[in-house]
Amino acid sequence: MTEPLLSVQNLRVEFPTRRGILTAVDDVSFDIQPGEVLGVVGESGAGKSLTGAAIIGLLDPPGRIAGGEVRLKGERIDNLPPDALRRIRGRRIGMVFQDPLTSLNPLFRIGEQLIETIQLHSGMNAAQARDRAVSLLVDVGIPAAERRIGAYPHQFSGGMRQRVVLALALAANPELIIADEPTTALDVSVQAQIIALMKRLCREHHVAIMLITHDMGVIAETADRVAVMYAGRIAEIGPVRDVIKHAQHPYTQGLMGSIPTLTADAERLTQIPGSMPRLTAIPAGCAFNPRCPHVFHHCRVVRPELLPAERSLAACWLHDAKARVSA
Amino acid sequence: MIAHLIRSLLQGILVILAVGLIAFSMFRFVGDPVASLAGQESTDADRAELTERLGLNDPFPIQFVRFLAKAAQGDFGISYRQARPVADLLAERLPATVELAVLSALFAFIIGVGLGVYAAINRRGLVANAVMVLSLVGVSLPTFLIGIGLIYLFAVELRWLPSFGRGDVLRFGWWTTGLLTETGRKSLVLPVLTLGFFQLTLIMRLVRAEMLETMRTDYVRFARARGIPERRIQFRHALRNTMVPVVTIVGLQLGSVIAFAIVTETVFQWPGLGALFVNAVQFVDIPVMAAYLMFVAFVFATMNFLTDFVYVLIDPRLKA
Amino acid sequence: MSIASQPGNAEAPKGLLARAWDSDVGYSFRTSPVAIAAAVVTIVIILATTFAGFITPQNPFDAATLNLMDGFTPPGEAGAGSGMKFSLGADSQGRDMYSAILYGSRVSLLIGTASVIFSLLLGVTLGLVAGYIGGQIEALIMRIADIQLSFPAILVALLVFGIARGLIHPSLHEQMTFIVMTVAIGLSNWAQYARTVRASTLVEKRKEYVDAARVIGLRAFPVMIKHVLPNVAGPVLVIATINLALAVLEEATLSFLGVGMPPTQPSLGTLIRVGQQFLFSGEWWILLFPSAALVIIALSINLFGDWLRDALNPRLR
Repeated sequence: MTEPLLSVQNLRVEFPTRRGILTAVDDVSFDIQPGEVLGVVGESGAGKSLTGAAIIGLLDPPGRIAGGEVRLKGERIDNLPPDALRRIRGRRIGMVFQDPLTSLNPLFRIGEQLIETIQLHSGMNAAQARDRAVSLLVDVGIPAAERRIGAYPHQFSGGMRQRVVLALALAANPELIIADEPTTALDVSVQAQIIALMKRLCREHHVAIMLITHDMGVIAETADRVAVMYAGRIAEIGPVRDVIKHAQHPYTQGLMGSIPTLTADAERLTQIPGSMPRLTAIPAGCAFNPRCPHVFHHCRVVRPELLPAERSLAACWLHDAKARVSA
Repeated sequence: MIAHLIRSLLQGILVILAVGLIAFSMFRFVGDPVASLAGQESTDADRAELTERLGLNDPFPIQFVRFLAKAAQGDFGISYRQARPVADLLAERLPATVELAVLSALFAFIIGVGLGVYAAINRRGLVANAVMVLSLVGVSLPTFLIGIGLIYLFAVELRWLPSFGRGDVLRFGWWTTGLLTETGRKSLVLPVLTLGFFQLTLIMRLVRAEMLETMRTDYVRFARARGIPERRIQFRHALRNTMVPVVTIVGLQLGSVIAFAIVTETVFQWPGLGALFVNAVQFVDIPVMAAYLMFVAFVFATMNFLTDFVYVLIDPRLKA
Repeated sequence: MSIASQPGNAEAPKGLLARAWDSDVGYSFRTSPVAIAAAVVTIVIILATTFAGFITPQNPFDAATLNLMDGFTPPGEAGAGSGMKFSLGADSQGRDMYSAILYGSRVSLLIGTASVIFSLLLGVTLGLVAGYIGGQIEALIMRIADIQLSFPAILVALLVFGIARGLIHPSLHEQMTFIVMTVAIGLSNWAQYARTVRASTLVEKRKEYVDAARVIGLRAFPVMIKHVLPNVAGPVLVIATINLALAVLEEATLSFLGVGMPPTQPSLGTLIRVGQQFLFSGEWWILLFPSAALVIIALSINLFGDWLRDALNPRLR
């Protein structure tokens, strides 16, 4: 198997507060292959955005990485000094945020913002950078790019702005883009366009994408593999088709059951009773155990690791024959 | 954009009219202009004649309009106390206040922005915290105490600078300036520092707050995510965005610096409009009070309009 | 780290003080030496000025207790006339500076507090009215508030003073000074309250329970007030605290300018004005101690208000 582009091992993100230390991301591990799209899905507060921020080194204090490793092409990047980390940002790992309106500085023309990023990461002069900026805009589908490069962000619509944001993220040819809810702030019709664009760019530029979202539909459309996060941990990770059609973790099964479909006959959507625990009150053992319909004694005592479950991995004792016997 | 400016202009005019109403009402209802002007020896007939001559028997709106018309020409009547045309008093004292106000505003702006940016960037540094504490003390120190303190230090103890007055001034037409003489310049130092200090603390806190706010925005995060160096983010991105609201607020502040000068002028016996106003209040010299109010309102409305104008120029979102 | 949640463990309800101590605000207070110091100083000052009669050696504004021979006694020495020890010195009339400062602080604080109450009532009411009625009235009130906020309070206060002087007969001037000052300073500081309260009122007005109340026949206004007031209590408290410091300073400035409290019933500002005459002649204590007292009072109130603002600001937590 090829060496993974990004390798996250036992990542832990903590927030020291006066009530004690909150662990927002708890022992999370996954890999991303070059050119692949990994979806990271979960409810609000599950720790998805923090994982992305930790990888690129943009955790807001007092949050900090308290354990684990992040490796880019085999080299550790989580313990780099700030300056070295900064050089990686943009050049090797890019990030895209949720709201395209606030992601762009309203006082600068988009051309200026593009050229600045391009020149920072390459040795181009102004004219070359401008040409590249125009070609990037064409690439992301901005019509009349040559003319609109002098426009201000507020002169674009939401979807167009997100395209500009993608252009900016791609400006230095990174190998990985972390996209944090890139379509959430957009209209549904525009969402589809942006998703298609991201898929195309991913293919053409051979860029891997870590797609963070709470929208399973987007994942189904775009991702190759998906990781389902719950209470700061990974509940299940595997190829998209498998996770969606044959979910191996009771939480994922609950999620899938709660998505309305046109063809299903159900009168009532499946609901998972209860809600995701707050960071200050995570249960012992498996975090999902109070809500799980298949819970047994072992679940309440020992936290499950990611265990092989058909073609995926699931953090659930149902997939460990020995544990089930001891129930 | 044009609509915005026109609206701003109209609002300014409205403010002037409203203040004019207050000023005029003062004339009509506070004190007795006839008694003040006619003196104690006048007869009833004299007073009646004076009342008619002053137009005080006409209906309120007509008097108001007449008042405004005269005000527009700079005619505010005669000072009750000094028996001179108010316009002359104003012209005499205006240059002193203007010089003081403009110089103190410049001082406050330059130092205030510098310190504010520094305090925002080096949030936890010792110097930044000292600066913030100083600004807090500045808010607790009334202007007159600062003035007195400076006088004590520089005039009494060190004897470097004079403690009152403008020094020697040169006259150009009706304008007088202290900038061209040595004693004039020396006399300006302490008052400018005093008047500027309060503005400086305000600007400093404002710049720091705005800058910190800007550094938390999504576009700054995105810039970091693109690998842009922190210094560049601070000075090219964040500073630019910070200055937009700062310039707006500072511009509005400028409109009232003239009024802020009241206390400073009193402490330093600076022969300006502020000292004139305090005097007028003590002796209920209505014409002078009214004239001062109108003048301040006029300056305020003008600065407001200019600030709106500049704001439209520097924020591309309004250009559409 | 996992904390097992056990629903059976309900905590015994705590008293109000205990809850306050435990809350985020209480925690912030406990761990901020500045806030504690400021609060202590403020309380000490309030107590000292309230009971000034009991802790000062003389009432400096009762002429019968003065001895002119005590005049200009430096701090720490005994007066030439009465032999009394003047811990902070005596002024030109033989008044004990320590006593004068306490009595003067009392006047300053009384006027300050009275004017804050005035501003608060006026501003909160106008804010509620503006927010609830909306339309032209709201626009008018807010415009006036905006304009007033960009002007120094001194100007407004002086203006009110001047008008009051013109309207009130000269013989009543001295007695009315207290009231005139309260109104003058109060009128110059209401705008901040109005702004905050109006913003909250607008937010509440849009909420559905207002419509619901109307639908079932209740008058919406009292219902809304019930929800607005608790929401604005925090910010209004912060504004009031900082306002108090401002009001005290404003009063001092007015008295310093000569339009405030007279020398027969002086505030700290008046004392400073009187003391300024002696700046050049060397009796520094007549000026310094009242000035220091004023700064200490304003500073502690300001520090406390600053801390309060940060502690109640949800975004900074």
